[in-house]
Amino acid sequence: MNARPDFLLSVENLTVSFDGFKAVDGLSFYVEPNECRVIIGPNGAGKTTVLDLICGRTKATEGKVEFKNQELLKMREDQIVHAGVGRKFQTPTVYEDLTVFENLEISYPKGHGVFGALMFRRDDPVKTRINEIAGEVFLDDLLHEKAAFLSHGQKQWLEIGMLLIQDPELLMLDEPVAGMSVAERKQTAELLNRIIQDRSGIVIEHDMKFVEDIATRVTVLHQGKVLSEGSMAHVQADPKVIEVYLGH
Amino acid sequence: MFADYTMGELGAIFAMQGFAGLILFSVFVLMALGLAIIFGQMGVINMAHGEFMILGANVTYLTSNLFANYIPSLFSIYFFLAMILAFFVTAALGMLVEWSLIRHLYKRPLDTLLATWGLSLILQQVYRSVFGAREVGVTIPEWMMGSLPLTDLIEIPINGIFVMVLAVGISTAVYIMMFRSSWGKQVRAVTQNRVMAGAVGINTERTDRLTFGIGCGVAGVAGSAFTMIGSTGPTAGQLYIVDTFLVVVFGGAASLLGTIASAFSISQAQSIMEFFLSGSMAKVLTLLTVVGILMLRPQGLFALKLRK
Amino acid sequence: MLLKGNRFFSTSDLVGFAILAVLIFVILPVGLDTFRLNLFGKYLTYAFVAIGLVLCWGAGGILSLGQGVFFGLGGYCMAMFLKLEASSPEATKIQSTPGIPDFMDWNQLTELPLWWEPFHSLTFSLFAVIVIPVVFAFIIGVAMFRRRVGGVYFAIITQAIAAILTILIIGQQGYTGGVNGITDLRTLKGWDIRTDDAKVLLYFVNGALLFVCLFIAQLIRKSKLGRILIAMRDQEDRVRFSGYDVANFKIFVFCAGAAFSAVGGAMFTLQVGFMSPSFVGIVPSIEMVIFCAVGGRLSIIGAVYGALLVNLAKTTFSELFPELWLLGLGAVFIAVVLAFPNGLAGLYKDHVEPRLLALFKKKMGDDGSAEDFDAIKTAAE
Repeated sequence: MNARPDFLLSVENLTVSFDGFKAVDGLSFYVEPNECRVIIGPNGAGKTTVLDLICGRTKATEGKVEFKNQELLKMREDQIVHAGVGRKFQTPTVYEDLTVFENLEISYPKGHGVFGALMFRRDDPVKTRINEIAGEVFLDDLLHEKAAFLSHGQKQWLEIGMLLIQDPELLMLDEPVAGMSVAERKQTAELLNRIIQDRSGIVIEHDMKFVEDIATRVTVLHQGKVLSEGSMAHVQADPKVIEVYLGH
Repeated sequence: MFADYTMGELGAIFAMQGFAGLILFSVFVLMALGLAIIFGQMGVINMAHGEFMILGANVTYLTSNLFANYIPSLFSIYFFLAMILAFFVTAALGMLVEWSLIRHLYKRPLDTLLATWGLSLILQQVYRSVFGAREVGVTIPEWMMGSLPLTDLIEIPINGIFVMVLAVGISTAVYIMMFRSSWGKQVRAVTQNRVMAGAVGINTERTDRLTFGIGCGVAGVAGSAFTMIGSTGPTAGQLYIVDTFLVVVFGGAASLLGTIASAFSISQAQSIMEFFLSGSMAKVLTLLTVVGILMLRPQGLFALKLRK
Repeated sequence: MLLKGNRFFSTSDLVGFAILAVLIFVILPVGLDTFRLNLFGKYLTYAFVAIGLVLCWGAGGILSLGQGVFFGLGGYCMAMFLKLEASSPEATKIQSTPGIPDFMDWNQLTELPLWWEPFHSLTFSLFAVIVIPVVFAFIIGVAMFRRRVGGVYFAIITQAIAAILTILIIGQQGYTGGVNGITDLRTLKGWDIRTDDAKVLLYFVNGALLFVCLFIAQLIRKSKLGRILIAMRDQEDRVRFSGYDVANFKIFVFCAGAAFSAVGGAMFTLQVGFMSPSFVGIVPSIEMVIFCAVGGRLSIIGAVYGALLVNLAKTTFSELFPELWLLGLGAVFIAVVLAFPNGLAGLYKDHVEPRLLALFKKKMGDDGSAEDFDAIKTAAE
């Protein structure tokens, strides 16, 4: 079965096995341009592993992952990033020893080779873009603060900013509002809604209120397989989903 | 090069060479077992591992002198007592080191490396001050000297057999302790998830200290066994350290079976090559091969594919 | 506001460079006799290695326990040239084969091995001093970093490589001079390097080269590459997912460290007059790490002081109390790890610099110097 070209991302028969344990098992799903897909599922369903497989952090045992007709499974992480896939980790992952400005600068999509990095100059377009992104993620007042001094929520925003500056076509976010206060959550939901406008996203989230806010479609994973897929309402009504979440 | 020998002589040479390889294998296993616990299970890089072995050797030396001077009638069995003493003395020092040094550094493995190197320098100097700069040899009891004639041509040294038996015995003990006892389970729980292990009621500090101590104790027994086949000087520990780490890493750090398999392949490769080449070239080629394979397969021979 | 004046040198960097320059080019040459100056020149050759380690280990998080390999390779390349010049047929006519180095003659070699031939040329030898260690580092780097070997495993494998090279050099004494190394080096293109004048001149050449290396290291650290190294040390995965091929950066910085070490090794040979495996193996390699750690693993200037001080202490102590030296060195290893992880540079930054700045601030009055203070603090890392 060939991947259909009108999808931005097609994942087919994706499987990974860790010493016989299949964390993701024959998984297939498709993401359309401008779609925001939310993946939910109980702990250990393989949600994070799916993102790891797509962005090349974990090597798949078998299957296909096509992004704009490029096979991602054969590419290195940095090549996947340059192809247009951005990834945010579950725990906020920023460079604590560097300032917010420098964190964003490193993610700026220029000078990514060794010599490019040596010759990289902090010119006006770079500064303008960094300021613009910092404003978007509510950090414009903290540009020259070390990232270590940011609050948990601010670190999450910084990491989102680091993805934004790459301008990826597919944004993969692993629990972007975890550990945030209610106010921060609201702000983040607005932020995500805004940045997801002209690109696609795959979001892992537990907070159902939040999922309802942003999801175009929802995929429910259970034991490495798709349990149900469709609109939020469809998924919530699915007896299989109810069984997994409430049953036993 | 074989033309001058008869078939029988050739066979004997190969048998003896093979046996020399087996002794080297036992030596490697003994060296590596303690480190397989400390580095493989706990993830601590103990560069003073060699010095712990030398401590075991020195304890053996002292015990043998003690028996020779005061209770010569029991001299033939002093060695067994010496090994037990060596175990406890080195284990005690190991626990002291864990308490004073290592426990502060569990999150900084590269710094452990530097600190334990400093420790090894200090221990070397202490040995030199106490036992003198020259190598000391232990008088081995009479029953351990000589060889068993297997055929007319093949002779097997008894102390070699003894070291082999010891290697098998200690490997079995370590295996049972680490993988078949509830205590071993605790050790592995602590290394895999310190916080969680603490939360379910394991005394992680005690477990760490005991594990480190036992790893050092095993090194001490190894050092004690080495006195049966050679002499030891204050700086001899440094000669072992690269070999020992390579054996453990090559085997796949977390696998005891891997450690033994890697000790076997490295020792056999070295002793076979020693027959054809000079000792130093055999060593160079063996180490190069190991490093080369590690570059191709960094996780070592036996390793699990883990979920990150 | 972030980088005042120059984007590569903050005020406190400039002060640090200036003080070091005064020390190396004025105070030491004026205050020391030629013998002692030569000794300090020898210590400074280790500073090259320590600077490389600041880049690799302090900034990049890659601990190499095999820097002696590159120091040695650089030193041996230089020594081979000097040895060939010292082994002219006239100078060696009492040998059974005149015209080859004495140790080859003692080992019954009757002609110069082919791979020694190019070292008749000074140009080739100088080229080899840098290129051979860098190519070697590149091969190791590609093999290891492409396969994501790092941390502890990298340290152990580089240590094994140092051990292998030492055993090889000692074992092949007909080709390498064995355990004694390559000794009895005399002239460089006819210029006698053993005279006092030559030693003074070589000291200054060494100092100048050290500053070239410091300057290059500073440029690397202050470029985006330097920040990527720090980012990589702390969050390697994040750097990968910011679109960088992490391995290339590690290979680059490892090669740079190798090149610095090699220059140091070559200058060692020139100033000390021999090169031997005792500067290649496990023990010297790990001592080089301690020079860097004592100076402060994050500070290139600190690394120079670390190399100077530890070696000065070594010479002094091992002359006065030979039994205590190892104890002292061991204690330094432990202390620097447990109590002073940022070494002398950290102590300076925490205790001396704030006082200096306070003094500076008082003198300048309040106009705008608060901003200076921030800029200096940011750039001092």
